[in-house]
Amino acid sequence: MNTPLIEFKDVTKRFGDKTVLDRVNLQIYEGQVTTIIGLSGSGKSVLLKHIIGLLEPDEGAIFFRGKPLNQMKKPELAQSFAGISYMFQGNALFDSLTVYDNIALPLRETTHLKKTEIHRRVLSRMKQTELTEAASKYPSELSGGMQKRAALARALITDPQIVLFDEPTTGQDPVRKNAILSMIAQNQRKLNFTAVLVSHEIPDVYFISNRILALYDRRIVFQGTPEELENFNHPFMDEVISSLEGLQKELTGLYSKRQFELLNHVQMKRRKGGETFCLVIFSLGELNALLSQVGHDAAQEILRDMGLFIDKHFGAIGGVSTRRAANEILTMLPYSSLEETQSIMEDFIVDFRRQVIPAIEAGACKFALGDAVELTVMAGVAEGEAKADVDALLNLARSNQKEIGRLQCASGGTSS
Amino acid sequence: MAFIASRRNKNKNDKNEKPGLPVLRFFAFVGKTVIAWVDNMGAAAVFLWLALWQIFRRKQFAKTVTQIYYIGARSITIIMLVSLFTGMVLGLQAHHALTKFGAAGAVGSLVALSLIMELGPVLTAIMITARAGSAIAAEIGIQRISEQIDALHTMRINPMRYIVSPKISAAIISFPLLTAVFDLVGILGGYISSVLLLGLNPGVYWHSAKVYVEMADITNGFIKSIVFAVIVATVCCYQGYFAHMRRDSHGAQAVGLATTSAVVISCVLILVSDYVVTSLLL
Repeated sequence: MNTPLIEFKDVTKRFGDKTVLDRVNLQIYEGQVTTIIGLSGSGKSVLLKHIIGLLEPDEGAIFFRGKPLNQMKKPELAQSFAGISYMFQGNALFDSLTVYDNIALPLRETTHLKKTEIHRRVLSRMKQTELTEAASKYPSELSGGMQKRAALARALITDPQIVLFDEPTTGQDPVRKNAILSMIAQNQRKLNFTAVLVSHEIPDVYFISNRILALYDRRIVFQGTPEELENFNHPFMDEVISSLEGLQKELTGLYSKRQFELLNHVQMKRRKGGETFCLVIFSLGELNALLSQVGHDAAQEILRDMGLFIDKHFGAIGGVSTRRAANEILTMLPYSSLEETQSIMEDFIVDFRRQVIPAIEAGACKFALGDAVELTVMAGVAEGEAKADVDALLNLARSNQKEIGRLQCASGGTSS
Repeated sequence: MAFIASRRNKNKNDKNEKPGLPVLRFFAFVGKTVIAWVDNMGAAAVFLWLALWQIFRRKQFAKTVTQIYYIGARSITIIMLVSLFTGMVLGLQAHHALTKFGAAGAVGSLVALSLIMELGPVLTAIMITARAGSAIAAEIGIQRISEQIDALHTMRINPMRYIVSPKISAAIISFPLLTAVFDLVGILGGYISSVLLLGLNPGVYWHSAKVYVEMADITNGFIKSIVFAVIVATVCCYQGYFAHMRRDSHGAQAVGLATTSAVVISCVLILVSDYVVTSLLL
């Protein structure tokens, strides 16, 4: 891999006699989404504040594009930090300024742009973050989710090269959490900045992260891809990941990817040769189109409602469901053949069209933005034997996908 | 700013180190208190210098005008009210005392000189401290604990330029103007009590006030008010800015105590510096 954009070498930080970071080593690469996970109070925010220079290490060194920060002169240091934005855990919005003024603040104070250009940029960011109607409101008049979006808009207004997100989803309900994460991922793809997140949202952060850093017992104990983390054998996995995944199951009704694969593994071990199982994959439109058509909040509400219904329907007959990707839900039916599954699916489709689609149109679609749009719900089934390759089966199920319903989504909700 | 913070942090972390013997503990306590006091004075001086350095930077004018409105314009009513009754009491007392010596004609000069040289600058400064100084300390304290000041750092906006400097320059402009208002309304208050209520000749009152007040007295009064403006604005901004480093409290409580400290320290320093400046000017 190339030279890391940011690198920590044996960084130690103490507050009084309490050591918060102990010889931390990590690398963050350009253009990637890197997520730092760990328990509350483990020093994740402290670590993030070192990157932007709000805190300085007691020992060790931080390197920016291979150069140690502590050896840089003031102008060089200022230039290094110039492209970094920070989204605070508590938003840190100026409560005496309106949302518009909060977002415009960095441009007004640090650039020589004309008023009209600042206005154009702020309006564009507010539209992107669905805040246009809140422009003249003060932060105290906004919901928690809107405050987060205002903080996100302010962090992105200067088109930064690096954005640090300190627990961007704290205090949000599961739907809003996913909405904020998907907003970060979408903006990161669009603007191509390097994102560093501190988050508890497991497994949702896996969908948007290129790399995961695990902070445990004052040290970074893991650096790698989300897939590599699944196979990481360390007490961190039992103490942190399992507890967070348990919480995720309670909140969303769906199993995490890791729990799903564990259950799958157990089920498959019980299978005798020749016995089959089925995978059903559900998807809701094309993700980017979906987000731009209905907005982040509505998209997450729709996916959540779909997930709950799928889990309820298939859970009753031993099915296990998980969110496979941002717009995909995977269900495994461990005891069903293809014929049985297709018969179950016929019943499901009838119920889905009769109950779920009207409910979503009247409920989750309330959050939709703009004009009415039509969203296609697809489902595909694949059958496999005990030792079948799950990824190959998934691809087969995807290629078998057919339309099972259409949602007519309009702002304020419709029923058709 | 970082070295002020690190110095204060060091003091905060040293709080549990105690020598063994009681007598040593006493000396250690006295020593630490004196060192902390000197530290704070030095830090506040550096803080003031960093803020003054930013006063003439670009985009500061509008912020300063806004602060003049909050610190100055919105204090006018209370200043006028206090000065009116101060002048009235002064006129009343002066008339009562001077009549005994057959010098009632000097009431005007006594009221005017007392207000212009002493009471005007001092009481104006104390009233602004109570009204605007406490608000400044609380506002900056809240901005500090809610990470708004850290947010400015991350946006490459100098908090001294954005928050502190406009308040100090606004105070330097507002204090003398409010002192002038205080003096004028106070003299009018003296006129009301001594002339309108107690029957002193109005010509005598105005003549006496005009003849005995010299330009130097007025200038000295304004010099004092500028000194008080710098003291009050610096102390209130400093207390709020470092509210998160208080040793005695955290969070909202720290902001509350920082506000109290700002008012108390400002008032004490106003009176101490009043003596020092008066002795230098006379």
